Amino acid sequence: MNIKKTSLNNLHIKYGAKLVEFAGYQMPIQYKDGIIQEHKYTRSHSGIFDVSHMGQLFISGGDDLTNDLEKIFPADLKKLKTNQSKYSFLMNNKGGIQDDLIITKTSDGFLIILNAACKYNDYEVIKSKLDNQYKLNLDESLSLIALQGPEAKNVLNKVIPGCDSLKFMNGNNHVYKNEKVYITRSGYTGEDGFEISIKNSDAETFVESLIENGSKLIGLGARDTLRMEAGLCLYGNDLDNDTSPIEANLKWAIPKSRIETEFVGSEVLKNQFQSGVKKLRVGIKPDSKVIARGNTKIYNDKNQEIGKVTSGTFGPSVEHPIAMGYVDNNYSTVNTKIFLEVRGKKIPANICNLPFYKKNYVKGEINV
Amino acid sequence: MSEVKYSKEHEWIKLDGEEATIGITKHATEMLGDIVFAELPEKGSNVDKDGTAGVVESTKAASDVYTPVSGEVIDTNQMIVDDPSKINEDPEESAWFFKLKIKDKSEMDSLMSKEEYEKFAKETSA
Repeated sequence: MNIKKTSLNNLHIKYGAKLVEFAGYQMPIQYKDGIIQEHKYTRSHSGIFDVSHMGQLFISGGDDLTNDLEKIFPADLKKLKTNQSKYSFLMNNKGGIQDDLIITKTSDGFLIILNAACKYNDYEVIKSKLDNQYKLNLDESLSLIALQGPEAKNVLNKVIPGCDSLKFMNGNNHVYKNEKVYITRSGYTGEDGFEISIKNSDAETFVESLIENGSKLIGLGARDTLRMEAGLCLYGNDLDNDTSPIEANLKWAIPKSRIETEFVGSEVLKNQFQSGVKKLRVGIKPDSKVIARGNTKIYNDKNQEIGKVTSGTFGPSVEHPIAMGYVDNNYSTVNTKIFLEVRGKKIPANICNLPFYKKNYVKGEINV
Repeated sequence: MSEVKYSKEHEWIKLDGEEATIGITKHATEMLGDIVFAELPEKGSNVDKDGTAGVVESTKAASDVYTPVSGEVIDTNQMIVDDPSKINEDPEESAWFFKLKIKDKSEMDSLMSKEEYEKFAKETSA
């Protein structure tokens, strides 16, 4: 299979990116400054992330679309106002997560942002579940740029005036160089920020203008350390086909109004809501400087295996190793002492609250 | 006169009489990225040529550090354990990893010279 390139590929090379293959795309893992500097620049100023490899799926046509999508996703789409976004899941019949995604209501339907590695499969699954009744467009003529950090609003406002009035998890149409762009106030770093959906042919000049206004390109390496500090899941690491949203500690994303209704996986979820789950995603803080990566085994104080780390790194802003993983629910309480097996040694650690780094989102209206 | 040689695992070794100082090369640190953790062998322990004698971790991944020669560990560099970023700053001087009392000087013979290593590093990273 040919490796794909995003519309920003030349720009990545121009700014000294180390390129790697990720989900079939050639993507920047880091630029010249390196992961730690890029991470810190995003937290103190603003960072630009090329997330064009992610899927932008537009669905429209037909009065029953909202109803039919609610049979697939556990989100309260009927209550969603135009330009509002929700975090949700595509699940299998066993309640396992096939993808985690963001659904936004648009003027004529819905926009769903999908993970790069899942997008083609998601498209087929959603299309078949909708019985081919609607217009689905996985639009690859559009790039997706995330701008994240405390200065994001000021930088973006200089390039596209007016966008700073957006509330968190809300979007709107704006104009850049006489072309329509769709901007949402969202992101995956634990910072305030935006995601801008823009024509491929305009993406490079748009990003150059963000750079001229003080922002910097940030690679996938820092994106990973930023999302881990923010306690956010990476599909394929922390979420998979055998893990439900309840087990993933993402119960908050399933509104109470939907628990008794039917959607793909609803039977399993309803049962888990009532009876609880055996394993649960937790935050993990090692006592020492040792880093526990994904697949590290977790033990209790009796040397019994109780779970597994799914993501782990050194958190550049919290200046300490951090991890998340799944443990037997009996050990999921904060401050429970656990042991991580790293290179044959048992490293003491504690279950801790997520996120590791406190969020700084701009609050919008409260959505129950 | 001290002699500096290089291994295919990207370690450098400087021999002064019986005392060998070992660290990782600048090229290795550039491949690893920001180093955030270092683990060193225990003082007084014996290490065997090409065996594991430490670990470095970047934000991305963990990598073993090998010893290019056999010997007894006579000193370790606490500075890089306390502040692993020093390894990125000065890998081939102050950020050395450990010192050995070398067991068999002939083990130095199979290692590369600076020129040979530079050629090797360029070829393997291309």
